[in-house]
Amino acid sequence: MLANLTSSERQNALILAGGVTLVGAVMAIMGRSDVLGVHGVIVMLFGGVVSWMVMASFYGPEPAEDRAASYYDDPIKVGIALAMAWAVFGMFMGVWVAAQLAWPDLAFDAAWSSFGRLRPTHTSGVIFGFGGNALIATSFHVVQRTSRARLAGQVSPWFVLLGFNLFCVLAISGYLLGVTQSKEYAEAEWYADLWLVIVWVTYFMLYIATIARRKEPHIYVANWYFMAFILVVAILHIVNNLAIPVSWGHAKSYTIWPGVQDAMVQWWYGHNAVAFFLTAGFLGMLYYYLPVRAQRPIFSYRLSILSFWGITFFYMWAGSHHLHYTALPHWVQTLGMTFSVMLLVPSWASAGNALLTLNGAWHRVRDDATLRFMMAAAVFYGLSTFEGSFMAIRPVNSLSHYTDWTVGHVHAGALGWVALITFGSLYTLVPSLWKREGMYSATLVEVHFWLAIAGTLIYVFAMWNSGIIQGLMWRTYTEEGSLAYSFLDSLVAMYPYYIARAFGGLLFLIGAVIGCYNMWMTVRAAPLAATRAADAPVLPAAVPGE
Amino acid sequence: MDFSYETLVAFSKSWGLFYMMGFFLCVCVYAFWPRNRKRFDRAKHSILERDDTPWQK
Repeated sequence: MLANLTSSERQNALILAGGVTLVGAVMAIMGRSDVLGVHGVIVMLFGGVVSWMVMASFYGPEPAEDRAASYYDDPIKVGIALAMAWAVFGMFMGVWVAAQLAWPDLAFDAAWSSFGRLRPTHTSGVIFGFGGNALIATSFHVVQRTSRARLAGQVSPWFVLLGFNLFCVLAISGYLLGVTQSKEYAEAEWYADLWLVIVWVTYFMLYIATIARRKEPHIYVANWYFMAFILVVAILHIVNNLAIPVSWGHAKSYTIWPGVQDAMVQWWYGHNAVAFFLTAGFLGMLYYYLPVRAQRPIFSYRLSILSFWGITFFYMWAGSHHLHYTALPHWVQTLGMTFSVMLLVPSWASAGNALLTLNGAWHRVRDDATLRFMMAAAVFYGLSTFEGSFMAIRPVNSLSHYTDWTVGHVHAGALGWVALITFGSLYTLVPSLWKREGMYSATLVEVHFWLAIAGTLIYVFAMWNSGIIQGLMWRTYTEEGSLAYSFLDSLVAMYPYYIARAFGGLLFLIGAVIGCYNMWMTVRAAPLAATRAADAPVLPAAVPGE
Repeated sequence: MDFSYETLVAFSKSWGLFYMMGFFLCVCVYAFWPRNRKRFDRAKHSILERDDTPWQK
């Protein structure tokens, strides 16, 4: 991987990795027996391993060819491998915690494996580990191809990719050790948060610098989505994680936001994490990989611009729908509810735009499981944004909130939309990056597709049933005016659905493992394609009406 | 600098609304401006081109 770096770039890489190792040492010394000390050791090891890898080929030959004549794909390849590794880890943790709900003995009576500690390893593992790495990898790919320019840095893409993964490792190992800020999707503590700020600002500057180098006059819409994703996640992350550590030698910190403001900031963050991490970036994937795979231009470019600004501006205000019937002022709740309903318009515009792009190429959707991944993702995107708008309406929320319905909704989005579009994009990207004719096995892509669909449907239907039963049981009164069911009664009623949910998740996990195998075999075994022509469908681009 | 609740609500209900509508109009004008049509058409077709190397000027 270092063959592409000049000796001064290798020096910079070594200085960076050495700096990280040094910071780790300081953390270990300051933290002593606190968890911060443990994390210091982890940072030291991480920095040390990277330093060692840089040194191992430090005196290798300099890159011979003109680097500006080719795209920089090495960090993308590593990013894909990391994304798939995190997918298997994160989804396995998901199946484990799901199984714990049905069979609590699976916590094995240890502190680190209790539900409360394992659950964030699942959410962070799939959202940041799988989703984040997939976003970094695909954004590096899309920005280069659509700008017709090489990434504006040699070391910085590695810094972003590896630095982000160091954050994930710190976050997830922290949960197992009992470290948490108790903020949904922002559980990692202050030192990990500070590190992520540095990494993320580098990511943004790298992206902007690459766009600035572009040879295409117009910035393709996928890049707008990726830029919104990077910029807004930076803002959200900084504001929500403003906190004061109890001391420099201690992992614990306290947020600067008091009471209900803290709740509002948290859900402004939390919902926009869904909007900009789990939606905007993945719409960037959709707007690039779907037209490329279908070999058809996007149905309406204008519509994609309108829905971009709609999504960007409406989502910002929707977060308070997480706090219906709380101490949050009523008008703020109403504001969130209104914007959530309005969001349906740009969301469906995007989903419709994707499906209309495929209109006229349905035979390809039928024959090509990769394209079908993306088609199904657009359908699930449409369904879950409709469901989300619906659930944000206050009276509906009174039934759905705190129940499994919410969990079902999240997974309709996360499995059906985010994971499916990612797999579709990766199945398009892997053969193209490694210059193979196609994936190792089209049948295995097909098997993965059906496992993913079956798993998602089983999961979502189980949680719909479970959530609505739960919600109804909690609000049923007897004639005397007391609650008809105890909490335990509702828990017993959940039991079959918890088993079904764990099974659905297991199917999804098996699909991801098969995907890993298929990608591995594609990289290892498939012959080099003479030309890239054989991979993509051969029909010339047709222009749908506009 | 002490704002009352009523002041803030009045501000957001008027200017908050106007800036959103104004922004919406700007986006519409940009998207539908006739001269941009060629640029958008080019953008949506150019990602389908096959060459996989950066352009050198």
